[in-house]
Amino acid sequence: MFGFAARKILHTLFVALGVVTLVFAALRLSGDPAATMLPGDASVDELRDLRRALGLDQPLWAQYLGFLRGAVTGDFGTSFRHQQPALPLVLERLPATLELAGAALLLAVAVALPLGVLAAIYRGRALDVLAMGFAVVGQATPYFWMGIMLILIVSVELGWLPTSGRGGLERLILPAITLGTHFAASLARLTRTSMLEVLGQQFVTTARAKGLSEWSVILGHALKNAAVPVVTLIGLQFGTLLGGAVVTETIFAWPGVGRLAVQSIFVRDYPVVQAGVFVLALTFVFINLVVDLLYGVLDPRIRRE
Amino acid sequence: MSSRSLPWAVVLPAIPVLLAVAIALLAPWIAPHSPTAGNLAARLKPPAWQDGAIPGRLLGTDLLGRDALSRLMWGARISLLIALAATLIGATVGSVVGLVAGFHRGAVDAVLTKVIDVQLAFPFVLLAIAVVAVAGPSVPVLVIVLAIGAWVGHARIVRGLVLSLRERDYVQAARALGARAPRIIGRHLVPEVLSTIVVLATFDVGRIIILESTLSFLGLGVQPPTPSWGSDLRDAAVYVRQAWWTAAFPGLAIMAVVLAVNLLGDGLRDWLDPRTVRGRRES
Repeated sequence: MFGFAARKILHTLFVALGVVTLVFAALRLSGDPAATMLPGDASVDELRDLRRALGLDQPLWAQYLGFLRGAVTGDFGTSFRHQQPALPLVLERLPATLELAGAALLLAVAVALPLGVLAAIYRGRALDVLAMGFAVVGQATPYFWMGIMLILIVSVELGWLPTSGRGGLERLILPAITLGTHFAASLARLTRTSMLEVLGQQFVTTARAKGLSEWSVILGHALKNAAVPVVTLIGLQFGTLLGGAVVTETIFAWPGVGRLAVQSIFVRDYPVVQAGVFVLALTFVFINLVVDLLYGVLDPRIRRE
Repeated sequence: MSSRSLPWAVVLPAIPVLLAVAIALLAPWIAPHSPTAGNLAARLKPPAWQDGAIPGRLLGTDLLGRDALSRLMWGARISLLIALAATLIGATVGSVVGLVAGFHRGAVDAVLTKVIDVQLAFPFVLLAIAVVAVAGPSVPVLVIVLAIGAWVGHARIVRGLVLSLRERDYVQAARALGARAPRIIGRHLVPEVLSTIVVLATFDVGRIIILESTLSFLGLGVQPPTPSWGSDLRDAAVYVRQAWWTAAFPGLAIMAVVLAVNLLGDGLRDWLDPRTVRGRRES
């Protein structure tokens, strides 16, 4: 287990370095940040001063090293709009994003697992068709449209729940549904496929032949073995939820990292965009590490890879 | 494969997809009004079946009095164009990289695997935000960003396939006979992986339509006044209380097209049977 954990941590460090490099490449190679940050009527002198202040007049490798140093020490520069260091601004909002993503994850798992299992048991029957219909439609619905429609129907027409902000369960429900639906749809499909595969295997037949009740066959034998791909998807998808949170936060005015990053683009608050992208990306990498380590605990075969 | 007739699971979803493509291509001729010419006297008019509708505006008008149906048709044009272009670029680059890396192994392959690992360890929306924050939002930037999001999936899956194909007897035989890499890849490997690429690319189109509309909704994609489903929804979200139709129809259009494309992908997968593509990959 120790060797396995060490390998995974080393791999994660490597990936983290890669992610930092990718962020650097995306931010520096796709244009001139100084030109993006200044208003259109800025003079050549202003541009030169800003480029110097941001270190953009240095060669690329020096900029990269500076960026790495900044990433390690947590120094992404000062927000123009808030006049404070960018990183604390972002970290302040991280709990809100994690709360939203966590709620969406819980909601999706709570709905999708039973739905997928039941659809597999009642394969071809009304329940299966209905559940898979829901899943297919859910996968085709963009987050943001789902959010707008929920606000329109549940908040505006019915007046049941508030439309925006954070605080209390009633403000969490709609954003969590918005963010969780897409994930619930793919999870339900995968759970069904995985269950169907396992239900056709010999050990299930054996368990039935032993005279076990159908439910103990399903819950005790089948579900346990169908769980590996399902748990894999749950782990992998948490990162996707962080990406989706960017959109959901914007619609519901949820004070998270994603909304801050998007708003910062429009006010050209470049250090905050940089810090926001960086923090979300590293959160994702870290969560993947935790999921990987959990596998090692759950399934000893993986450790030998 | 050619001897089998097309199954219904492919034909049925293909009909709405082709219909959407036809509308996109014919928008300049079949749209009843200009998508950009507004009429401030006819702002936020509801669809034809509601009270207060005005004649000739089947799906109502938006905040600037522009015809909603015409914008929907022109929106199909830009959304499908971007999705198809990005898919084509992503699928081509990804497949070529996957073929070469899987076939030659070695250092190229090792580097590629790491690059794939890194990009998959990174929510795509964040990469898009970082690029658009600096490069500024425009259609070419959008296509490139979306293609960057799509190539990894192809590279990873094609590489995996080629790794096992290259050990097959007929490939080894071709090698023993002195065939060079380009010939083996072109004559023996490409035909084997083509159906997988087609299925993957179909799912990509659906995924990319959603991603494009999402970025446009955030203001990071197609910019007004160009009609696009995502950027129209950005405006519509602001006054959805007064005019539900401005928000409902572009979203339904996205949903209908993506649903049809995804079902087409499912149908193609079952028909062409590439076992490597398991379920729909997520955005």
